[in-house]
Formats: sequence, C-alpha cells, structure tokens
Amino acid sequence: MSVTLEVRNLRTHFHTRGGILKAVDDVSFSVEQGQVMGLVGESGSGKSVTGFSIIGLVDPPGRIAGGQILYRGQDLAKISEREMRSLRGNRIAMIFQDPMMTLNPVLRIDTQMIETVQAHANVSKAEARTRSRDALGMVGIPSPEERLNSYPHQFSGGMRQRVAIAIALLHNPDLLIADEPTTALDVTIQAQILAEVQKLAAEHGTALIWITHDLSVIAGLADRIAVMYAGRVVESGDAASVLDRPLHPYTHGLIGSVPSRNKRGEKLRQIPGMTPSLLSLPPGCAFRTRCARATAACGQEPPEESPETGRMVRCFHPMEAVSA
Amino acid sequence: MTEAPIIEMRGISKRFGPTYDAAARVTRALSRRFGNEPRNETVRAVDNVSLSVFRGEVVGLVGESGCGKSTLGRMVAGIMPPTEGQVFFKGKDITTLPTDQAKDAKLKVQMIFQDPYASLNPRLRVDEIVGEAPRVHGLIPNNDFDGYLDAQMRRAGLDPAFKRRYPHQFSGGQRQRIGIARALAVQPEFLVCDEAVAALDVSIQAQILNLFMDLRRELDLTYLFISHDLGVVEHLSDRVLIMYLGRIVESARAEDVFSRPNHPYTQALLSEVPRIDARKRHFTAIKGEIPSPIAPPSGCHFHPRCPHAMPRCAIEAPAFKEVAPGHGSACHLNDG
Repeated sequence: MSVTLEVRNLRTHFHTRGGILKAVDDVSFSVEQGQVMGLVGESGSGKSVTGFSIIGLVDPPGRIAGGQILYRGQDLAKISEREMRSLRGNRIAMIFQDPMMTLNPVLRIDTQMIETVQAHANVSKAEARTRSRDALGMVGIPSPEERLNSYPHQFSGGMRQRVAIAIALLHNPDLLIADEPTTALDVTIQAQILAEVQKLAAEHGTALIWITHDLSVIAGLADRIAVMYAGRVVESGDAASVLDRPLHPYTHGLIGSVPSRNKRGEKLRQIPGMTPSLLSLPPGCAFRTRCARATAACGQEPPEESPETGRMVRCFHPMEAVSA
Repeated sequence: MTEAPIIEMRGISKRFGPTYDAAARVTRALSRRFGNEPRNETVRAVDNVSLSVFRGEVVGLVGESGCGKSTLGRMVAGIMPPTEGQVFFKGKDITTLPTDQAKDAKLKVQMIFQDPYASLNPRLRVDEIVGEAPRVHGLIPNNDFDGYLDAQMRRAGLDPAFKRRYPHQFSGGQRQRIGIARALAVQPEFLVCDEAVAALDVSIQAQILNLFMDLRRELDLTYLFISHDLGVVEHLSDRVLIMYLGRIVESARAEDVFSRPNHPYTQALLSEVPRIDARKRHFTAIKGEIPSPIAPPSGCHFHPRCPHAMPRCAIEAPAFKEVAPGHGSACHLNDG
C-alpha cells in the first residue's frame, strides 16, 4: 500500500518566556492508505501538537523547528501558506475534540458546509448543497435535508461531532487527523462514531491519525500505534504487538494502568510520579525519573532502535531484553 | 445481612423545574383554560429510585450523561435534598433525627468530585482546605492542628511540606488527592466518588484508584462509586447499579452484571465499551440518541433504542424485579 504521510524527525518548539518548550521533539512515523494510526499519550505528551503541525495550525510562539512532513512526497513543513490552504480541508482534514469549537455557532450548518465545498471545488451553490446533504447522510444524521437548516446548538454533542466529521469528509480527504474526537461523548455515541470512522477508512482508503489517551479505543481501532511521552515517540509498532508485548517501560506501565487489564480488586500496576514539565525535562530519557529499570546509562539520550521488523523503541533497557 | 445498611434510600425522586412567578402562573392557567396544555418543563432527574449500601461495600453506579447518576450521588451524600422519598442512615430516617445527630450522620458521608480544578477553593491554602472542617467540628484531638493535618495529607499521598501552597500549584492528580484528604479529614464512613478519576490521565488514574482501595482496607470505608467508565467500575465494585434516564434498570453483583447482563441496555453498553484486550474489532452502534430527560419516552425509557422492544414497552414501565438471587432488572422480557 502507498504511504500517505511520513513524518521524519519532526520538531515543534514553543519559544516561551520560560525558555524553549520542545512540545514535539524528533518524532517520526508514517501512515499508509486506509490505515489507522493511533497516536497515544497523556496530557502534555505532544500528541495534539504533532497533529496541529501536520495540518499547519501551529500558532506563534510555536513553530516547526526541524524535520519533514511528507504528504505523498511533498514536504508540508516547507510549502507556502497558500499551498497549505489548498490542501487543508481538502486533501488533509482534521476533527477536533470539541465540536462546538469547530462549528461557528451563529451560522447554519448549510452555510458552513457549502462554504467548505466551494472553497476547494468550482461548483454551484445547489451542487454544493447536495454534496453537503449527502455527507450528512453518510455520517448517519437522520433527515439530512432538514438538518442542513439547523444551527449547531440545535444538535446534541454526538450529532455535532458527526457534523464536524461530515465537514471533514466533504472532499474525501486522503488523510484525516482526529484529535480525541470521542473523548467528550458517551459510550454508546462513541461506538457510533467509531463505526462510521472504521467504515470510512475501509471504503475510501482514507489514512487516519487517531490521537487519544484512551488505549482501549485504540486497541479496537488502530492498525499501528505510536506511544508519545514528553514530546517523543518512545515506542511504535503494529497495534497487537505493542499492546501484547510492550517494549518500553512506559508503554508497559500505561497498559498496566488500564483497569480492565487487571484482575478485579487487585492493585493496578501504577506508574509512580507524574508527567514532567516540558520546560524542565531531565537530560537523557525523559521517563527515567519514573522508571523502575532506569540506570546511569539513561542519563544519555536513548537512540531509536528496531529490535524486530516494524517495531521501534527508544530505551536502553527494553522490557523483553530481560523478560517482561 | 442483619445489620442495617449504612445508607438506604426508599423511593427517592428528584425533580428540577422552573419556579413560576405570578405572571407565568397566570399565563399557564389561561392557556390551560383555552385548551393548550402548557409545556412541561420539569426534569425528572431521578425517578423513584431505591437503593441500599451495606458497610464495607463498594457499589458502582454506571450511566451515561444526563441519566441522573450525579444527582443521585448528591442526594446520597446529603448535599441535595430529594423531592420525594426517604433517606436512612444506619436505619434511621435522616429527616426525623434530632439536629445534632443529623449533623453527625451527614459528616459520616463525604463526597469527592469529578473536577479537581473546580472543587477546590483557589484562594485557600491546602491546610485551610483540608483542616477547616475538622477544626469547626471539633474533631482535632489535643488541639494538635498541624499533627492532625500532616496525618491527613500523608494518608492521601501528599507531602505535608506542601500545606502552605495553593491549589493551582498542584497537578490534577495531586489536586484530587487534596480533595480526598479534605473528605477524609472529618473521619467519614462512607464516600461518594462522583467521576473522581474521569479527569485524570491513565497513569494518574491508576494511582488514585489504588489509593481508594488502600483507604478502603485501612479505614473500613464504604463507597458509592459513580462513573461512566465500565472498566473502572468493574475493577473496583462489589455490586453495580446501571442507570438510564433517572431509573435504575439493573442491579447485581459485579461479576453477574459483566458475565450475565440481563437488561438490553446493560447488554448494549457492555458490548460497546472499547476494551484493551479486544483488537481491531468491528464497532456496531446501538441506534439512536439518549433522549432528553425533559420528555422521556413513555413506558420503558429505553424502548425506542431497544432491539427487543414490544408494543407493551411503549405503554407500561417495567417493574424492577429480581431475576436471580441478588440480581434485579427492570425489563418486560423477564415476564416470559
């Protein structure tokens, strides 16, 4: 399958008064056509900033300080804002966590959708409206013709997120970045959205980057996983092998923290300490202060290693080297 | 069990509605006279719910947003009076107790809230947040305020050296620990945790869940654990209650709920929960939206979304019946 997006050594830094904040620091991964890539991390791990960097929405004081974002061979980090605008919302689209933030509250849904269609396609207003209606129908909104005339506040949370997804899908993007789109939704509604998204990747060959902190959602959805910690990808590989045989101690701890993986009533295998501030990261491996396996060697930065094909880990003492 | 339950609620309802001023009452009466029934604006957040929690139990309360689980939790914690029904603390009706005993009973039930940012007063230091209530209620032995405070903070996993700090100087997980220390400082027997770990990162969530389990053993605590996260509830609870639109639809021991769910809503909920051990699965969606609690569907509230709905379900609300020892469910399918 062809590679839709390849991110190589991406660095996104924020120049704050407290110093340079390396939100994304040397991140590499790739997504193929029709593939779901799960970008997992806790708050402050840089997973969202990675998404924003790809679609070119990093605001000052942040900027892409290095690396390449290759979309079908074209480096998105280098192209002009004008070129980016012809891609954004067209070939590359994004869904955000809060659909109220992405929809304009004072405009009707049809206005917002027709505008999006006409931004990238030279079609009549009637044609744009038809396309919008079809997109709403595709994401499972009942009676889409009437719903086009509604305002965002007239939709429930789940429906609003569907509208946001429909807008993202208007131009059948090759790449869809989803930033925690189901976190604010209820379980039954989340399942509906996940079902739609799965269908999309399978039927249209859209490559998907699914950003989340929820390993359970990722387990059911993703083909590949990249785990981020303090701005770096610490481990990546295909979903099943990362979840079944995690190599990095952080991934291991994270999976142990999920209650359903543990026996009922038993203590959860917790990670001590808390996520570090990106402004005062310890030198070397950022996880070493919380890691049970850390040694003096971890004061150096661990290189990316590939112990088996398709897997990457950034650790001097990966789990299986000793026996997990 | 012969011992009276630590908390028992009988036929509890909570309704929220607008209060009408004189003008609104007149217009509503007029429109009724002219044959237009004015719109019902009352929300039945909790509708005739009964539950009892025994000493040492962890009861999980599960439901989606708007089902009334937080309202129920607040009534259990005694910070919101029910519209109807009775609350018993250790077999005694709280409303008929003399004031000082009622106060004691209330102190014994404490609550931990979801948002560790909104539930701590940003202008108070940690020592005031944690220490104020026990000082007011005279619970501090020998006037050793600092010693008592340090013990409370250590028990919740906080360094007492931080007691002169303000909440904003702490991370989310530590703030939740402050909330826990505050609740425990008045020596409660019963904790109501309302989505107490929902706002935390996975690794921090595990730390707090472990703390809850340690405290349960150490202090012989009883919990009502409210959550939308079935994984968390399964891990912690002895007994689970499932709520849908103001009513409890199923109640059973945790193993029974997760292995033999009876109510179609519970079954749907369980099948849709993403689980870390389920790989690359096909998500199938339960149809429809959660209806508004202002205008819940007639009969069984779940019938418009239920795959097994019969004509009877739209007319008659199913009674809550025992389907197996200790396992109750409200569904017409159980009538054979």
